[in-house]
Amino acid sequence: MLSLGSGNTVIKSKLINRRMFLITTAKVVVMVGLVGRLISLQINQATKYKSLSDKNRFREWKLAPERGAIKDFFDTKIASSEPLYQLHLVPENSKDLDNLFVRLKAILNITDRKVSYLKRVIKKQKPWEPVIVSENLDWSDFSRINLFLHELEGVEPIVSVARTYPDNSSAHILGYVSQISAKDLQTKEYLKELAVPGMAIGKTGLERKLDEQIIGKVGYQRYEVNAFGKRIREIKIDEGQAGKSFKTTLDYEVQKYTNELLKDKAAAVCVMDVYNGDIVSLVSSPTFEPNEFVHGVDKDYWNSLIKNDKKPLANKALSGLYPPGSTIKTLVALSALENKIIRPLDTFRCKGKIELYGEKFHCWEKDGHGIVNLRKGIQRSCDVYFYEVARKLGVDRLSETAKRFGLGKKVLDDFIEERSGVVPNTKWKKKFIGQNWYLGETLHSGIGQGYFQSTPLQLCLMTAQIANGGFEIKPRIVVDGNNDNLRNYLKHKNENPNEPLPTDLLVSNFDLKPLFKNQEHINLIKDAMFSSSNEPGGTSYRHRLEDPKFTFAGKTGSSQIKRFTEAQREAEVKQESLPYKDRDHALFVAFAPYKKSPICNQCFSRAWWFRR
Amino acid sequence: MLQPRSIQSSLNIRDKILSLDFILIISILVLGVTSMFAMYSTDGGEFKYHTNSHILRFFVFFGMFFFVSFISIRFWHETSYFIYIGVFILLLGVKYFGLTSSGSKRWLDLYFMNLQPSELMKIVLILFLAKYYHRISIERVNSFRYLLLPITVLVAPVILVATQPDLGTSILIAAGGVVVAWLAGVRAKFFTISGVAMLALLPIAISFLKPYQKSRILTFLNPERDPLGAGYQIIQSKIAIGSGGLFGKGFLNGSQSYLDYLPEKHTDFIFTLFSEEFGFFGSLFILVLYAVIISRIINIGNVTRSNFGKLYCYSFATAFFIYVVVNMMMVLGLLPIVGSPLPIMSYGGSSMMAIMFGLGIVMSCKIYKDVPVN
Repeated sequence: MLSLGSGNTVIKSKLINRRMFLITTAKVVVMVGLVGRLISLQINQATKYKSLSDKNRFREWKLAPERGAIKDFFDTKIASSEPLYQLHLVPENSKDLDNLFVRLKAILNITDRKVSYLKRVIKKQKPWEPVIVSENLDWSDFSRINLFLHELEGVEPIVSVARTYPDNSSAHILGYVSQISAKDLQTKEYLKELAVPGMAIGKTGLERKLDEQIIGKVGYQRYEVNAFGKRIREIKIDEGQAGKSFKTTLDYEVQKYTNELLKDKAAAVCVMDVYNGDIVSLVSSPTFEPNEFVHGVDKDYWNSLIKNDKKPLANKALSGLYPPGSTIKTLVALSALENKIIRPLDTFRCKGKIELYGEKFHCWEKDGHGIVNLRKGIQRSCDVYFYEVARKLGVDRLSETAKRFGLGKKVLDDFIEERSGVVPNTKWKKKFIGQNWYLGETLHSGIGQGYFQSTPLQLCLMTAQIANGGFEIKPRIVVDGNNDNLRNYLKHKNENPNEPLPTDLLVSNFDLKPLFKNQEHINLIKDAMFSSSNEPGGTSYRHRLEDPKFTFAGKTGSSQIKRFTEAQREAEVKQESLPYKDRDHALFVAFAPYKKSPICNQCFSRAWWFRR
Repeated sequence: MLQPRSIQSSLNIRDKILSLDFILIISILVLGVTSMFAMYSTDGGEFKYHTNSHILRFFVFFGMFFFVSFISIRFWHETSYFIYIGVFILLLGVKYFGLTSSGSKRWLDLYFMNLQPSELMKIVLILFLAKYYHRISIERVNSFRYLLLPITVLVAPVILVATQPDLGTSILIAAGGVVVAWLAGVRAKFFTISGVAMLALLPIAISFLKPYQKSRILTFLNPERDPLGAGYQIIQSKIAIGSGGLFGKGFLNGSQSYLDYLPEKHTDFIFTLFSEEFGFFGSLFILVLYAVIISRIINIGNVTRSNFGKLYCYSFATAFFIYVVVNMMMVLGLLPIVGSPLPIMSYGGSSMMAIMFGLGIVMSCKIYKDVPVN
């Protein structure tokens, strides 16, 4: 029994040992496999996993740089960056977004609409891309959020800076800033490095023109974060670089005053220093509130801007195209003089209308101006006189002069909203309209109607270049060094009355480009403009200023939107009785103070445009 | 033939101590101390709840290990059925009086500790089957009649544990039982047949799985399926281990764990933490310790004369190996996350208790190696 049991035991023990051997072999194989796996993970792929671990561990927050200030000529800030409290949300750091929104709604004033908007944004974005819950928290909300921060997983309070404008007086020329759009990211190369959530970029005006330099260099904070996205400690911080500040030629006080004058009118004004082209004031009316755009414009406010007939968003001084009307007569006369078509004292008889090419051309003065020479033609703005001059001059020679004085092309660089207008001639018509030029159209062009299109800024430049004695100036709005060539030239000429050098050589010494053949012609035009504003019968005589300090010389202009029918003309329909949008454009160009001597340091040329 | 008895009767306390396997004891102690360092790191470099409690448990159950060792193997042989029945009753108790935590009912509240009987069942089942196969003659091993009892004692606790639900532990319990049967000589054919039957039943079994269990298996097959959800654990564990590199990030510098990217870092993922901080060489050190422990257990099986002792030691060594390997493969992304602790390293009283109890019986086999059990 015992031996049997013993034999059985031995067989069994052999069996057990045999099978254990198999298992032990399997164990060794598995162990080797495990070591192999460790080698693969910890040696072969260590670099990959180290970088993944760092990606887990570190998170970078980009810091929006402070936008550079824009200052007026006297260093008053007309656009600055002020501190601002924001609330960002990183969706991937929050375990329960719905719950988080409920909590946020309880703490802050967030509408349901905003919440559903944010949820849509979150769905579209990558989970680690922050969304902005609130762009502009006041201090009490900001401190309340910080108090509850430990229960709001994924939420980050951020101290940021935002664009602030002192008022809306320069809204159009400064432009506005707003959130980066997807289109901006595609089209603007410099934004690729810069894109920080919540950062505003210039959309129009100077803000857009200067955007690349004014925006600054983006900074970042690198934090070690735990699995819940909580910042454990700061590893590195790069403050970035604030954007460059710019000084402009604008005068904030003039801007404010001009705005006050134009209030509620659809109008535009630009004021330019005639000697160097510095734009002192450029206002379009009605204006808008640029501060509203910084954090995303409110829908109602936007709609009110869009629906307004007076088009508050358009910068009429740069992008409004209007027929120059009678203001062009100065150039028609100049061109005729320069091309020796007329002499100053040549006369025409104005009977209120003339008939040419089977068409009636009316003068604005129904009863006619009688015998008219150049000075009287400009003074009274006699249409018939200029029909005759234009007919003799021809549109091509007129367009050549007009282009020389800056019409038909953009005045400033890099303002997307600026438009170039039209200076028609026979080639232009053939190319863009596909028809031959009719002689009747020359007559319309002679009084600035028909195809002529110009912006108030172009007319301002034209007038300034007449006012400064006929020298080319390059208008500017950002101060970039001195450009006192013309002033230096005039000063030199004044101090050396017996300068032996001939004028054209002297002028080129001062790096100036004259726009005239004979400066006497310019002076004739200036004198005629003086008479228009300061002698009885002149079209702007009623508005003259008698103080010699402010005496100005100007030229009126009005241009029709709709041609008057014969019936309306007979009935003498008044502009005021027409619907607002059908009324004539009223224009006025002037320079002041007017002196016989061309030396005047405070010379301004201004172009007004408004609806009567 | 009578000599063994005389040897046994002549064993005094000094002999008993001298016949302890000191290499095994030292290995266990080193592993225990290593686990304390790891636990200290999970607490963020402070003696907090987990560290203190782990150290206390280790020493308490290390003491229990000696206590079990000095009790004759004959006693363990005689009482093994009763022990099994006792633990099985505890398992039933869990079903009715158990504590529920994160959706599963696994623990009994014993006032001084929360006991997880399923952990004890891992060892006790081996003990039961070792005795059973020791007792039946080799011809009967493969007869169907004698297979019924082992199948019953294996399947009953497995079902109880699986329905807690605790898939990981139930698989490990079954694995231990299967190992004893295999070693005892049950034919390979039988395992093949039951394997095929299992596969056939798999679709039905899957329909009983909880959604989170299904998702775990799917996630294992493709961890990137849901990187922030169920695949998160595997991905983060691989990142932690891989980023440890050759020498590791240094003690208390495991960024993955102390920044909470690592889930369950003091239980299932303790190896990950250690591996991140001590690198490839650290991982190798742990592997070598386990290899030494397992080989010492097998060695004790070799020197033990009784088939009960052999069966028990070999099976326990193999089961221990499976626990280690399943845990490591899990954290290395080679197996789905099923929830199985790493013996001795992981935090958890019941697991520590079961392992120390099992090792104690092994040591008892060593001390009483020449004692016939019946």
